[in-house]
Parts: sequence; C-alpha cells; structure tokens
Amino acid sequence: MSKKENAFSLKFDTEWTYAEAPESTSHIAIEKKYDLFIDGKFVKPKSGKYFETINPATEKPLAKVAEANQKDVDAAVNAARKAFPKWSGLPAKERGKYIFRIARLIQEKAREFAVIETMDGGKPIKEARDIDIPLAAAHFFYYAGWADKLQYAFPNAKAEPLGVAGQIIPWNFPLLMAAWKIAPALACGNTVVLKPAETTPLTALKLAELIQESGLPNGVVNIVTGDGKTGALIVEHPEIDKIAFTGSTEVGKIIQRAIAGTNKKATLELGGKAANIIFEDAPIDQAVEGVINGIFFNQGHVCCAGSRLFVQESIQKEVERKLVDRLETLIVGDPLDKNTDVGAINSKQQLETINGYLKIGESEGLRSHQAKNKLPDSGYFCRPTLFFDVAQSSRLAKEEIFGPVLAIQTFRTVDEVIEKANNTPYGLSAGVWTDKGSKAFNLSSQLKAGVIWANTFNKFDPTSPFGGYKESGFGREGGLHGLAAYLKIKA
Amino acid sequence: MSKLFNSPKIDQLGLIERAAKFKTRSIKKEAKINGLKLALSMIDLTTLEGKDTEGKVRQLCYKAMHLHDDLDVPTVAAICVYPNMVAIAKKALEGSGVKVASVATAFPSGMSSREVKLADTKLAVDHGADEIDMVISRGRFHQGDYQYVFDEIALIKEACGKARLKVILETGELGTPDQVRRASDIAIHAGADFIKTSTGKISPAATMPTTLLMLEAIKDHYQKTGKMVGMKPAGGISDAKTALHYLAMLKETLGEAWMSSEWFRFGASRLANDVLMQLYKQKTGAYQSADYFSKD
Repeated sequence: MSKKENAFSLKFDTEWTYAEAPESTSHIAIEKKYDLFIDGKFVKPKSGKYFETINPATEKPLAKVAEANQKDVDAAVNAARKAFPKWSGLPAKERGKYIFRIARLIQEKAREFAVIETMDGGKPIKEARDIDIPLAAAHFFYYAGWADKLQYAFPNAKAEPLGVAGQIIPWNFPLLMAAWKIAPALACGNTVVLKPAETTPLTALKLAELIQESGLPNGVVNIVTGDGKTGALIVEHPEIDKIAFTGSTEVGKIIQRAIAGTNKKATLELGGKAANIIFEDAPIDQAVEGVINGIFFNQGHVCCAGSRLFVQESIQKEVERKLVDRLETLIVGDPLDKNTDVGAINSKQQLETINGYLKIGESEGLRSHQAKNKLPDSGYFCRPTLFFDVAQSSRLAKEEIFGPVLAIQTFRTVDEVIEKANNTPYGLSAGVWTDKGSKAFNLSSQLKAGVIWANTFNKFDPTSPFGGYKESGFGREGGLHGLAAYLKIKA
Repeated sequence: MSKLFNSPKIDQLGLIERAAKFKTRSIKKEAKINGLKLALSMIDLTTLEGKDTEGKVRQLCYKAMHLHDDLDVPTVAAICVYPNMVAIAKKALEGSGVKVASVATAFPSGMSSREVKLADTKLAVDHGADEIDMVISRGRFHQGDYQYVFDEIALIKEACGKARLKVILETGELGTPDQVRRASDIAIHAGADFIKTSTGKISPAATMPTTLLMLEAIKDHYQKTGKMVGMKPAGGISDAKTALHYLAMLKETLGEAWMSSEWFRFGASRLANDVLMQLYKQKTGAYQSADYFSKD
C-alpha cells in the first residue's frame, strides 16, 4: 500500500513562478544609535556602552543600542517608582484613555512597526504585518477596556496595583510580547520597567517613541536595553514588586531562585514541546495545514509550537506524504518578500543550536525530509525539516528546539497518545485533530497543558488566557486572568 | 464502493483559512503578465442564456479567437454553449484550436429522465461538441442515492465517446464541504475528466474554499491511482486578481502538471475583459476605458 501511495508525485517547481515582491523599506526611520528610555526621555547610558543589533537575514548591523548597567536600571526603577503614586491614583477611565491612545498609535504606525520587526528579527513580513502588529494593538485595546472595570472583574473585593513591574521579554515576538506585558500592567495601575531581548530591541524602542508621542506621564513606562546581565539587574532589584518573564525554562528557573524569599510576585511563561495529535478520523488536509502552521510559523521560534506530531498509525503514510508535499510549496527566504513563508533564524547562536539538533537526527539515522528551497547566500537560514519515526526517548522529542524542526511519532490508541503527549516536563499547549467532538473534549480535559487547540493551532486572542503547566511556567497572560497577575486583591 | 461514498472529512473553518492564504500571495511584474496570459488561455468563454441566438454565438466565437488584436495574447480554451448552438460554434471556430463545450443533461437543474439526459448529450456530441458539461442529480444526491448519481455519470461518460466530460456538482446546492467532497469523489470515480463547481445559475457559484477542496480530491485520487482529473471553477470569477489567486492555489495544490488549459479551466463570461484591461495597463502603464474592450 505504501509503495502504491508514493508512486505518483507532484511537481511543484512550476514554470509559472512568483516574481520577487519585496516590501519597501524607504519609509522606515531607524536611528544610528538608541539610548535608554527613562522617565519619558531618551537618556545616554551611564555605562557608556552600546551594542549592535543586526538584521539576521543579511547579517548587517541595523543600529547601536545602549547597554544598561546597574546605575541605568536604578534610574529606570526610580522613575517607575516615582511615577507610581500618581499613575495608580488617576481615575481609572483616564488610564484607559492613555492605553487606547497607544493602541491607536500602533495601528497608525503598523506598517513601520511590521517592517522593523521583520528587519530586526527575521520573521516574514507577512506574519509581522498580519499577526504580530495587529495583535499587539489588539492587546492594548482589550486591556484599555478593562482599566475602569476592575471592580467587575473582581467583584466583592478591591483590586489594587502591585507597584513597579519588571518585565523581560523574548526575541520571538518582540512588540507583541511588549504589548502582552505592558497593556495589563498599565490597565491595573502599575508602572513598568521593560527590557526587550538583545537581538530584537528596535520595535520596543519605537514603542518608546510612540509612548512619548502619546503623552503617557513620564516614568510610567521605562524601556532599558541590554543582555541577560541587564535582565538579572531587573530581577534582583529590591524596588521591583513583580517580575514578568517570557523566555527559556532555564532562565525561568534562575529567576525563581533569585526571587525566592523576596516579596516579588512573578509570572513566568517558559518553554514548550507541544503535542499535535492527528486521529484517523481527522479532517486530514486541514490537519496537515495546521501541523505546518504549528511548527513553521515564525521559523518555529514559538514557545507553544506544535513540535511533536503524533499521527495515528493507520494514516501515517498519507499524512507523511501530504506533509512532504506541503513542504515543497513553503517559500523560505528574504523575510521582507511578501511571499516568504519562512524567514531567517533570529540569531547565529540559535541557528547553531538548531543545527546541533539536526546533527542529532542525522547521527540517530532517522528518516527525514527537508524542503528543497534554495537558501539565500548570506543570513541565518534553516530548511524546514521533518524527522519521522522519532522515539519518545530521543532528544528531538524531549527538548525544545525552537526552530523549524518537527519530530513525528505514531500511536495506536487514545490512551497511548495521552500518556505520550503528557510525558514531558513542559505543558504549554497541545493540538487535537478529529472530526469527533466527544474525542476532542476527552483529549482536551486529559492533556496537561495551558492551551488546547482542537482542529486548529496557534490561534491567539487578547481575550484568551495563555500560560503553562509544569515547567512551562505559571500565571496567565491575556483575558480576565491576565489582570490577576498585576493586582492585589483585598476583600 | 461503500468506501467511495465515505469520503474524507473537511473542516470548514480550516478550509476557508487555507484558501484565504492564497489571496496574500503577491503576484507582480512578469509573474502577473504571465499569469494573466495563462488565465486567458484557460477560459471557457460562456454564453448560456435563453435569449442566445446564432448571431450572438458567432460573435462570441470571433472573440474567442481574437481576444484583443493589439495584445500578444492566446485564444481562450473553449466556447461553452447550449446543445442547439454547438453546430454554429463548431463551424465558426473551425481550425482555431478553440474547443466547443456544450452543457447537457437538462442543464442547469438536471430535472429530467435519464433518457432525456442521454439524448441531450448525444445531440451535443453528434453536432461536434469536444466537451460535455453535465450536471449531477442533486435531488438524488441529497436523498442519499449516491449509486444513482454515480451510475448516471458513468452512463453519460459512455455517451460522450471521445468528448471530454466535465461534471458540474452545483456546489451551491450541496450544503456542506463534506458533501462537496463526497460528490467530487463520486464524479471522479465514475469517470469525470473534469469536475466543475457550478452552473453559474445558482449563488454561491465558484468560491476559493470550494475549489480548493475539489483540487484536494483530485490530488488524493492522482496520488492513489496516477489518473489526472481536471478542475473547472465556474461562475463568479470576474476579475483578474481573483483569477491570479486561483492560479496560485492551483500551483501550490497540484503543481506543474495541472497548469494548462488541458487540466484547468475558468468558466466565465466577464473575466476575459478584465484580464485584457489589466494586460493593456501592464503594456501601456495606464488603464483604458472599458469601451475599448468589446462586450460580446
């Protein structure tokens, strides 16, 4: 049967091809050098140091960015502390107005944000334009609406802000993660010190410019740049009341140790190794599309990526064939091209990490398939890769690769797949594909993960709480539940 | 046979989402020009009105061969007419390479006896039709009498002789994507050379999600049997941009082998002029008035 099914292949290398369609960068203003955004002003770093941020698709520098040291972080935290009484004391609807204004300004400058996000991080312009930036604006709109309704969110209690929030965000969705962090914090009356990732600081700094333009009172949002050392200074700062971190489980554990015994509250959104499960009664073409989107969206740099695929054995050949075909039509290349589906890997370091895992697959002698796309000559690129018949005990199935690499396993029964899917230290998300509603509900109640998608994957909405089980972290961002992370409840 | 009527399931939301992604393909410059010319060569230029006359059909045939003499463009693939116009069209198109397609089987409703449908088909074939566009019996299909639908298609196919058979599912009357997939599988297995969405008399006619799921049925069949089946979305595709999005969908679903008029057609009456207008704009840099394009 398998031979017969593989006999007739399709040829996607067609005579009619799409011409290059690069998004224009002529309207983009990137400064040569960015200072720190503290107390409503851009100030030179006391460290006197700057580092380069590059375009991972070209390896060329885009700008120099300040590196914040202890004194700089002190200044940012002091500004946030000083601004807190007035900001938290504002009538709630006034706070809401500022947040609405930020949301509208993001929409107005959406194109500029999208292009910079793509240049600095390597993601396809299509995704920055259609997902990252609109969702970032949506988060500000959503939480702006909550600002004067906290009494309704937490009835029979008084909800009070925590104080100064230290927020450390990753490089995979730079502006969106800034929005996830800043919007609920402000809506609840907190002030903020935010640190973007060192490889993708530019949209956060553009956001700082926008915040200046919005007239938000000085010191309410401070944005400091730097690497992990700057992050540690924020985490360890005694004047910070809350840490919100999105990033690796490894760093999450360091943060937990650092704040143990302090009064700091924390929400941690960490790694993942999501199971995407296809049953034989699934809508197969849509499932295959969901699997592709689940693992290759944003080059697989997604904490909730569907990086483990479980296929029921009876449909293994068919699903594999469809995945292989689909890989042939994914366009890998220049992130600024409007037709690019998979862009550049965010950094050289991450590319090396991913290549390390590809080597593991090779040394294990695994059956695999890679897209045949010609990759650009410069920049950090990685071919979308499928590994078949991966063992549950393989590092490819156990560890978060954070790249365009899918580990495929098979299963026979419902119980077996539930056990295997839950057999991971992570628990951020999972996907189930079946035409049978009862099966989807059964799985969604038994899978240990914070977000379960049925017959879809990687769907995000500001109204929906997002966060993990187990080593994928704790606390929720988004929705009503996202407010709780920035409030003290007094009865 | 029972397995045949038990088609793969379709998730409607996922289908719509996937189809929408083809609309984000940016098709510019030479890709646009080449795509538009390809689209023209795939058109079944259609007139299916009660008021059709021999004169009208002759005019349309001339247009089929001379879409725009100022532009370097191909002829359309075929003219699509009622059976009683086949002979007129055949004569007008002689030697041009443009095919004559005829609707048959009590088009558009299909509400007649098998004998009448077979006679209708034979009339068109006898008058020289190269292609027959039949309609399925939607009533029988909704009754669950899939065997009847299958047998009818097989019989009409036999009556077609050398003419290629396009099977119109009239997807706008089938209700759900699952039903469209089932009807597609029945038609393909019963011997359809093409499957076609619509008569153009019912709304909705062709849509991208529906066309996509039919392309996927064709793909599944090809990968199991090696037999190619053509696709014809018909009705509602009236502008050049939409046609290019359909081509992107075809390219990324079935690939090179289907990228010609032998395996893909647009059933359309208004599409050609919009494509010509776009090509003229590509050539001269400015849009021309609609009055420069013949209305046939």
